[in-house]
Amino acid sequence: MLELKHISQEFGGLRALDEVNLIVNEGQIYGLIGPNGAGKTTLFNIITGIYQPTEGGVYFQGQKIDGNPPHQVARMGIGRTFQNIRLFAKLSVLDNVRVGSHAVTQAGLFGSILGLPVVRREEKQILHKSQTLLEMVGLQDKRWEYAENLSYGEQRRLEIARALALQPTLLLLDEPAAGMNATEKQELMSLIYYIQKEMKLTILLVEHDMNLVMSICERIAVLDYGRKIADGSPEQIKNDERVIQSYLGAPA
Amino acid sequence: MDAFLMQYIDPYYLRILVLIGINIILALGLNITTGVTGQLSMGHAGFMSLGAYTSAILSLQFAAPFWAALLCGALVAAFFGFLIGIPTLRLEGDYLAMVTIGFAEIVRVFFLNFEPGGKAVGLSGIPQNTTFGIVLLLVIIVIFFNARLLKSRLGRSMYAIRENEIAAEACGVNITRIKVLAFTIGAFLGGLGGALYAHYMFFIRPQDFAFMQSIELLNMVILGGMGSIPGTILGAIILTIAPELLRIVAEYRLLFYGALLVLLMIFRPNGLLGDVRIYDLRKRWMNKEVGA
Repeated sequence: MLELKHISQEFGGLRALDEVNLIVNEGQIYGLIGPNGAGKTTLFNIITGIYQPTEGGVYFQGQKIDGNPPHQVARMGIGRTFQNIRLFAKLSVLDNVRVGSHAVTQAGLFGSILGLPVVRREEKQILHKSQTLLEMVGLQDKRWEYAENLSYGEQRRLEIARALALQPTLLLLDEPAAGMNATEKQELMSLIYYIQKEMKLTILLVEHDMNLVMSICERIAVLDYGRKIADGSPEQIKNDERVIQSYLGAPA
Repeated sequence: MDAFLMQYIDPYYLRILVLIGINIILALGLNITTGVTGQLSMGHAGFMSLGAYTSAILSLQFAAPFWAALLCGALVAAFFGFLIGIPTLRLEGDYLAMVTIGFAEIVRVFFLNFEPGGKAVGLSGIPQNTTFGIVLLLVIIVIFFNARLLKSRLGRSMYAIRENEIAAEACGVNITRIKVLAFTIGAFLGGLGGALYAHYMFFIRPQDFAFMQSIELLNMVILGGMGSIPGTILGAIILTIAPELLRIVAEYRLLFYGALLVLLMIFRPNGLLGDVRIYDLRKRWMNKEVGA
């Protein structure tokens, strides 16, 4: 479904990614782990079109997608969340999700200001869909609050709802559990499971919480200093010599 | 309608009402560009000037019907809004403000040297076609379409750009198109307001549309509350009336005017109605009831 071929990224003289290959299959929950600064978020930014890779190509459903601007990539069905939460702070929770459906709706300028029936019907669908998504992430009661007034965990869930509103086939989650407490993490894990099953999504996630990664990911890749040092099942990763050395650390 | 109103209202008050109406149209235009989409434009008077001169020349030289002059004025301004929208794709904040100031200055200097525009003397004898009735009608139409736009898919994506461009793009918003669109609509309303102004004042000069006029309009949007339609309307009303009320303090007028702005910004940093929503009001009201 998603294939990265020999991706390298240079910032000035710094080589942030070096010949990274990655294959994510349809329906997988794929984990991407590694120490800080290993290039995980850079990889996300390459997939979503924010950066143009210095070398290599990104293929999504067999199509080369690198070089497309981010909004085009989103329209192809790749949704994402951000490591440093990027919500529309001064918009309501509901409007955040409604903006998320931008890619899959059509209303134009004249249709909107004239209030054509087509546009009104579309608005109704957007509202309905957004409320269903909010229900799913448990934020329906707070739909009129400003996004900035939500708690940290709620904001992360809202980001997921917003990403789902564009009806993605591939969802990229950048540290979805960061800043969450144990209960919230548990809820998040069941939410990720649920959306993956319910919406037949493929999920690629970056996470530092090993417990979460090891229990929900079918396959894991490890980055270190911009190089992929391992990939495989959680079991293989746990026992991989290089991964233990550079990231997991030896059990005490 | 105006003759009828004149029986009841002093012409001085009617004049203020007309100016309030024109300022509401101008400020709502700027609100779309700056308040909603977050693209700081400090050259709104430039669009106003283009609308005013285009319509005035059409009326004077070609005896064009009033509605055609208004529409052409607005369209010419919109075209320049579209052009000025393009550099905004690369610029943000202060840099964009510089470009828009520069643009408005170019327009001013152009008309200062433009023969058919009467150069520094300006144009006079423009037919006074702008009546209170017409302004009222246009204000209602503009508010109605504005409200529709801001509640629509495109309006939401404009707010999204103001809040976070990267996230907006990740939602599939083509920020290039939406920003240019916001500039074009803003300029259209700027041109419309300018054309109404020209046909109300008989007489226009390049310095009527100088930098201070842009700042005045920006003040209305900021004072009322960025991105809020009721806020912008309130801002336009207050800032049109304030200089009139302050006539009592005669030569200290500008001083009081400035102080008023400073005080409002201290006590309402988000503008008068910038973050007031019916939902919050109701919630606060209900909490109070529970407390009592």
